[in-house]
Amino acid sequence: MSSDLNAFVTRETIEGAEDGPLAGRTVAVKDNISTKGVRTTCGSAMLEEYVPPYDATVVERLKDAGATIVGKANMDEFGMGSTTETSAFGPTENPAAPGRVPGGSSGGSAAAVAAGEADLALGSDTGGSIRNPAAFCGVVGIKPTYGLVSRYGLVAYANSLEQIGPLAPTVEEAAELLDVVAGPDPNDATTRTEGENSDYASAADGDVSGMTVGVPTELVEGADEGVVAQFEAALDELRSQGVETTEVSLPSVERAVEAYYVIAMSEASSNLARFDGVRYGVSGGYEGNWNDAFARAREAGFGEEVKRRVLLGTYALSAGYHDKYYAKAQDARAWLQQDVDEALGEADVLASPTMPVPPFERGERLDDPLQLYLSDANTVPANLANLPAISVPAGETDGLPVGIQFVGPSFGERDIVRMGSALA
Amino acid sequence: MSDAAVDAEEVRHVAALARVDLDDEEVDRFAGQFADILAYFDSLDEVPEVDREADLANVMRADEARDCLSQEEALANAPETEDGYFKGPRVS
Repeated sequence: MSSDLNAFVTRETIEGAEDGPLAGRTVAVKDNISTKGVRTTCGSAMLEEYVPPYDATVVERLKDAGATIVGKANMDEFGMGSTTETSAFGPTENPAAPGRVPGGSSGGSAAAVAAGEADLALGSDTGGSIRNPAAFCGVVGIKPTYGLVSRYGLVAYANSLEQIGPLAPTVEEAAELLDVVAGPDPNDATTRTEGENSDYASAADGDVSGMTVGVPTELVEGADEGVVAQFEAALDELRSQGVETTEVSLPSVERAVEAYYVIAMSEASSNLARFDGVRYGVSGGYEGNWNDAFARAREAGFGEEVKRRVLLGTYALSAGYHDKYYAKAQDARAWLQQDVDEALGEADVLASPTMPVPPFERGERLDDPLQLYLSDANTVPANLANLPAISVPAGETDGLPVGIQFVGPSFGERDIVRMGSALA
Repeated sequence: MSDAAVDAEEVRHVAALARVDLDDEEVDRFAGQFADILAYFDSLDEVPEVDREADLANVMRADEARDCLSQEEALANAPETEDGYFKGPRVS
């Protein structure tokens, strides 16, 4: 059944060290994370034949920890999408909700874990790309604090927002994998020391008595009824375990999606400029001048969502529009950071549904990019604010998985792990 | 966007700046979608001015020679090479 899911772009076994905390465990690695000698496509025709000459730092750490990598997981092209339908290698099936999308962009990673094709997986999260598929596939996903995990060897989409993080069947297993990959790296100057010798797994003890959860009303109001019912049931369960809940208000989140997409697209337009078909990737041929050949290579290599975002990012950064879009988005980011910091002064963690809706049917949202962007409303605030967030299964509505998200303070991974472990 | 419609000409202009060729169908489709998406982004006008945290610091490493890819490794993924160099199109 494995090949039916299309969870992997490349199946290849990479053996790790004999001993280590992940000895005997299999891990799927998202296909935008470089693996030496094993092709890394980013879900794009542009990189269909690209074979990295080096390992990402997280891959080195997996190998040192004794993990066995079982393949490169399918994904939305360059991480751009919320459904894993924009992969040049075809969509991934959702093993927890057949006929529905697995979420994205780390949909292959989540599906591989949900179907038992890998014990654990690594994904990357720029605006929810770990938490969204975790919620849609009924598994656990953690987006770490910005700077906790090295991005060296991650093919860049939007540097200021993205982090590599774990997906797993349980909170404890996700935390174990996070412990392996977290920590400073001389090859990534944005990494910080807080993750050194971390022990997040021991926080998964389910002991949440006396903790407080803030619920931002803005992130619950617009959500699907069945999703809200499951979310409320999860809060009830936490209350029965001694958690206190309180409503908090985050007026800035109303602008978070716009700010996220303007920043992400702007960074993408710059990052993806490296794909010129000369040093790697699809070649545009050598007729005409550099610009013509470059534009042809990018026409042939990039899918539609990638082109859409590169163009919108170019537009947002172009003369006359920079102040209107990009500068304003940075203001919105600062506003949100301030707002969330204040809310986290009133509670240990913030909780919301991970996704405001259950998994979409395949093809349902592809034609309307704006509607698809809006579905990221609950996940993007953590990326804009550089904060850690976890998605944990919270039951089902009409047989479709629902996730609950907890956002913690900066480097408060132990708080979100502990809270999540009370549920899964 | 709201103050001027996004027309096909504008999409072609941005595509040229971004060095991405588009076919006519894509240009038309993007023109419609960009109008919607940029109109949505216009709501960023409502964002208040906020003081940013200023505690940013540059992180520098020592400027020392380190191991790097061999020439062979660096060229391994290139569609075309010649005499140990990348082969690209002419510049102008």
